[in-house]
Amino acid sequence: MREIVIVGAGQGGLQAAMCLRQDGFAGRITLIGAEAGLPYQRPPLSKAYLKSGDAGALQLRPASFFEKKDITLITGTRVDSIDRAARSLRAGGRDLRYDHLILATGTRNLRPPIPGADLALDLRTLEDAARLRAALDRPRRCAVIGGGFIGLEFAAVARALGHEVTLAEAAPRLMARAVSAETSARFLGLHEGMGTRVHLGDPVREVFPGGIRLASGTRIEAEVVLMAAGVTPNTELAAAAGLAVDNGVVVDGRLLTADPAISALGDCAVFPDPVSGRPVRLESVQAATDHARLISRRLLGMADDRYDAVPWFWSDQADSKLQIAGLATAGDETVTRGDGAIFRFNAGRLSAVETVNDARTHMQSRKRLAGAPVLRRHLEAAGFDLAAV
Amino acid sequence: MVKVTYVAADGTRTEVDAPPGSNVMQTALDNDVDGIVGECGGAMMCATCHCYVDEDWSDATGARRDGEDDMLDCAADEVRPNSRLSCQIRLTEGLDGLVVHLPEEQV
Ligand SMILES: Cc1cc2nc3c(=O)[nH]c(=O)nc-3n(C[C@H](O)[C@H](O)[C@H](O)COP(=O)(O)OP(=O)(O)OC[C@H]3O[C@@H](n4cnc5c(N)ncnc54)[C@H](O)[C@@H]3O)c2cc1C
Ligand code: FES
Repeated sequence: MREIVIVGAGQGGLQAAMCLRQDGFAGRITLIGAEAGLPYQRPPLSKAYLKSGDAGALQLRPASFFEKKDITLITGTRVDSIDRAARSLRAGGRDLRYDHLILATGTRNLRPPIPGADLALDLRTLEDAARLRAALDRPRRCAVIGGGFIGLEFAAVARALGHEVTLAEAAPRLMARAVSAETSARFLGLHEGMGTRVHLGDPVREVFPGGIRLASGTRIEAEVVLMAAGVTPNTELAAAAGLAVDNGVVVDGRLLTADPAISALGDCAVFPDPVSGRPVRLESVQAATDHARLISRRLLGMADDRYDAVPWFWSDQADSKLQIAGLATAGDETVTRGDGAIFRFNAGRLSAVETVNDARTHMQSRKRLAGAPVLRRHLEAAGFDLAAV
Repeated sequence: MVKVTYVAADGTRTEVDAPPGSNVMQTALDNDVDGIVGECGGAMMCATCHCYVDEDWSDATGARRDGEDDMLDCAADEVRPNSRLSCQIRLTEGLDGLVVHLPEEQV
């Protein structure tokens, strides 16, 4: 194997390039990304960056790094198509050969088909965040469409900066896809306590110049409207090349597509959950980096393991750091420990632990979930002390 | 500027200048110092920014922050009394000359 090309120069794409070099790959590595500038991290975009505006702090590695590690970084260039038979791809008017291709194309913001959706701002890229930050240059009324992590993180920062915030969520509770009802309720209290008005179970029907209108008829006046209603994976490239796509680029337990010369990772990849076997797509730094590590080791023949890393995630909202270890499915049972830590169970087996400002329990959970199944009855007998089971 | 010296596990010393307000993890990445990964960007989620503060500097850098102990528990290399998460050490003028030692492994 001499040429490895990575499409998408985000968190996972860069990690793959770094791992390949670190693991000893001596061939050519080309990292192609559609965005301008050096690869950067997204998590601070809805956190520290909105406050500080310090774009330099987001950069994952300096320009000199790419030279030193002999990684060819091509930015501001979109890959247009893949010719699988020829093992080459077309980008910026030229053809590039590969022995192995890694798709790390991430996601883009979802635009629900409602009138005026284009009037809303996004929060996915640094460019989006800079625009949003500029719009907050004086006291504003903000309307947030979507009560997921990004919408809520933005709401917390905007309130802390003194802006008025109203948030509308179509589902009956916040972060409904990702956390238990108990955690949703806790964060609803946090945001309402900060003075954010929250409308639940009330989807947005229209964005108009000067605000949004909800299904209930409620009109929310706002100068700044943020669309944070989820994302859609960038799968067009894979689909056009005839690869299977189903809510993401479909890969097997080794993160390989049906084409043995193409892997996929991170936000754009759908892979079998190591615990349940069901196809999942995760949007997290953890998945992007752990995927990259596994693929690198496989390509260099160091290992051929199935992907089995324990998922973890965090979200900073005001002074509450929410940490999630593991992966729960809708309908998993919930037990709240005396100190507020939330344990989720699927068929009697620990699936996830949600904590707030409790690094100890979070890290214990990550360790525990990496080992043999943790059973509910054992935890119950141990008073939900993870160290005792 | 604040001078920081990173001593790799094999003894290689790298001396860099950093603006006050940055942290020891970010400074390493900005200056291409190998041996610090900093996967979570300083969110105290990954423990891939583990370092050993040189004995002469342990007072100046102060005690571990809330939650740091728990993260260090999961560090890849041996945790010692002078172990810190480098993302949690903020550089101030008072840390000019700081020396930190890097573990062999971060992941
Ligand atoms: C505001 C915000 C806050 C977040 N907060 C957290 C958090 O607190 N914790 C956490 O774990 N995760 C968080 N995330 C998620 C995390 O950033 C992502 O999971 C991670 O970036 C995924 O990495 P990736 O490499 O798969 O995709 P990305 O980092 O999105 O990179 C994909 C890149 O591919 C490029 N691309 C797409 N198509 C093409 C093409 N055809 N040709 C060339 N380039 C292409 C895109 O332009 C993009 O730059 C957050 C995300 C956002 C947006
Ligand atoms: S960079 Fe992740 S804990 Fe320091």
